[in-house]
Amino acid sequence: MNSFNEFLAMGGYSMYVWPAYGIAFVVLLLNIVLPLMQRKQLIRDLALKWKQNKQ
Amino acid sequence: MSIIPAPLLRFYHRMASPPHFYNFADKILPWLVVIFILLAVSGLYMGLYLAPTDYQQGDSYRIIYIHVPAAWMSLFVYVVMAISGAIGLIWRLKIADVVAISSAPIGASFTLIALVTGSLWGKPMWGTWWVWDARLTSELILLFLYLGIISLYGAIEDKRTGSRAISILALVGVVNIPIIHYSVEWWNTLHQGATVAKMDKPSIHIDMLIPLLLMATAFKFYYGIAMLLVAKVEILKREKNSQWVQKLVEEANE
Repeated sequence: MNSFNEFLAMGGYSMYVWPAYGIAFVVLLLNIVLPLMQRKQLIRDLALKWKQNKQ
Repeated sequence: MSIIPAPLLRFYHRMASPPHFYNFADKILPWLVVIFILLAVSGLYMGLYLAPTDYQQGDSYRIIYIHVPAAWMSLFVYVVMAISGAIGLIWRLKIADVVAISSAPIGASFTLIALVTGSLWGKPMWGTWWVWDARLTSELILLFLYLGIISLYGAIEDKRTGSRAISILALVGVVNIPIIHYSVEWWNTLHQGATVAKMDKPSIHIDMLIPLLLMATAFKFYYGIAMLLVAKVEILKREKNSQWVQKLVEEANE
């Protein structure tokens, strides 16, 4: 546990190292999640549009 | 034509067709994800845990494992975007246009990450979050180029016209790429010089170099994954009136 705390402390630079990794993670995750959501939404919109056109 | 092998030519023609490209993306995406996870996990473990502490910078240097790969990718993605934009301009290849515009948000993200992590690294090492030196300023201009390309494309209704416009803008902006790379040599900057990509041997310890190269390769695969996901949406938007998209939508709603 001690060594894990040491790892988290990053030799006193934890307030720089971890935010850097955190921000990178969030930005990279958004680039995956957003296109997946857009694709789902687009397919839903197209299906709805064609259904209305048929009626 | 004879200098290009026939299978390669067939592959090229198939890839030029949107439904084939769409299916191809679906097929290779799982593989890219698996390779990316393996590279990223081993790179992070080696970089954050196994690699030794730097004798000058302490553990703050560990930001290098995202900062440098992100900065490399910010240039790499830009070059890919400009080249595919040029291919789209010259040969009117739809897929090249799709790859160009789909690369822009990912390139912008890598640039943003490089700038933010650089700032978080600069504060403890240089004593400042930001300085208007050549490397940082040219990288900031790169971010504006990406954002300009994204908003220009968004502002033009017709996608083909939009693609032509952004390809030209991307090609003009290529001039910034060597400026970023050589800025640390041409100007007297606060940013350190190259330690890996230089003519001489890399001046970085092998235990630090290996995780760096692992992360750089992981980021390449990440780019492949994210770009294909954006490209799939872009293809659906462009081809929404075609039969194969109608079939795909119907199958998705069954």
